Amino acid sequence: MKNDFRARNHPAYWAFVVHRASGLLLALFLPLHFWALGQALHGEEKLESFLRWSDQPLVKFAETALVLLLAAHMTGGLRLLALEFLAWRDWQLSLLAAAAGVSVVAGLAFLLNVV
Amino acid sequence: MSDGKLNVRAQVLLWTAQRVSAAVLAVCVIVHLVTIIYAVRNGLSAAEILGRTRGNVAWAAFYALFVAAVAVHAPIGLRNFLSETFGWRGGGLDIAVMVVSLTLVMWGFRAVYAVFS
Amino acid sequence: MDPLKVSVWRGAETGAFQEFEVPRLESQTVLDVVTHIQRALDPTLAYRFACRVGMCGSCAMTVNGRARWTCRTHVDKVAEDGRLEIAPLANLPVVRDLVTDMVPFFDKWAKARGKFEGGKSRRDDFERVVPSSPERRLADAGIECIGCGVCYSSCDVVAWNPNYLGPAALNRAWTLVNDVRDTGNRARLGAVAGDAGCHACHTHMSCTERCPKQISPTAAIAGLKRAAMAAALKGDLGDE
Repeated sequence: MKNDFRARNHPAYWAFVVHRASGLLLALFLPLHFWALGQALHGEEKLESFLRWSDQPLVKFAETALVLLLAAHMTGGLRLLALEFLAWRDWQLSLLAAAAGVSVVAGLAFLLNVV
Repeated sequence: MSDGKLNVRAQVLLWTAQRVSAAVLAVCVIVHLVTIIYAVRNGLSAAEILGRTRGNVAWAAFYALFVAAVAVHAPIGLRNFLSETFGWRGGGLDIAVMVVSLTLVMWGFRAVYAVFS
Repeated sequence: MDPLKVSVWRGAETGAFQEFEVPRLESQTVLDVVTHIQRALDPTLAYRFACRVGMCGSCAMTVNGRARWTCRTHVDKVAEDGRLEIAPLANLPVVRDLVTDMVPFFDKWAKARGKFEGGKSRRDDFERVVPSSPERRLADAGIECIGCGVCYSSCDVVAWNPNYLGPAALNRAWTLVNDVRDTGNRARLGAVAGDAGCHACHTHMSCTERCPKQISPTAAIAGLKRAAMAAALKGDLGDE
């Protein structure tokens, strides 16, 4: 028999889903990121034209999402490092809330500065 | 308990490399996030970026370290995802993951060179 | 009170849920419900139980999607809309209806070297183990495990990786790693480390969430990760 969402419906599992999904999306994004920056090899105008293309709202939205994903993956990862390397304490379980909070702050900071 | 082609010690060292690279990346990512948030204020132009980065050895070294850490961290994470989602095990998986790592290294260092030289 | 509508898994790996109506009582456990079905409605229903007072772990089943001891699960706590869905434990072969084959679970216990390996004989003096010592506290946090299988059944890594030893076996190994009398820990760390061992745990914490004895296999596995890493870095890991 297999488990379904009812067995998975608890905070530490959601944290895992966020961590895995954000990791995958970031891993897919990275080659694009490296490519875009590599455009500078063809001269400043190439990079500039890419940046101007990225000025549209949809792209800015995607960039904000990426910042959120990066912050979430990092804060979630720090939580895991704490759980794995520090001796087990009950307060470590609320690291999840702290991680979520910090990610949102980072995402907001980006959004407010980029628009 | 060995699973696939790598022996247990190698598997444990892979896990260790992932955690160590994670710690390095935590620092890199915080710096990167602060930097981007600062840089995007009042718009972003190639001239502004390249004006700050060209010839900047310290930042080049930082981003080179960032690329190296990512090239260790992301493929090992992908390896877990691929084996758990698709049941992929053994030598084929390890080779595919090495290829991802090398690709990230090549394109990443190319980007660092493009922006900092 | 309205009768309970109970869906019970019938068959083996393939099968279907069969519906029963069971009289609802003031104070009733899920085990009471299953027992009523077998005694009064369908004697062909296969299920396991023994102590029925929360000591043996035999009655573990999946109730409304979550692994639990049915003798310790009050119907009031789980039958929100008067419905119950009862299935065998997940991640184990189904023998029939609600009965699973526990052999793979205990085989992995053995693979994790979950057996005490002492170095003394009756002619030696007792080993002095201080109860408040750090190692003994860590061991004590995990030794109440009775091998019920609830954690193993709740773990997705067990579902995704057939070789994964699972939370119970790893928790037991950790209690032995912290047992100062045990002489087999070099080989034991080798047995529990790696892709099919503690390093495959992703800290979903479903095991900790569901353990009826409030044990945290996640904490034990984290300890094993650290111990195995230290051993690997020193070149001291197991037999390989």
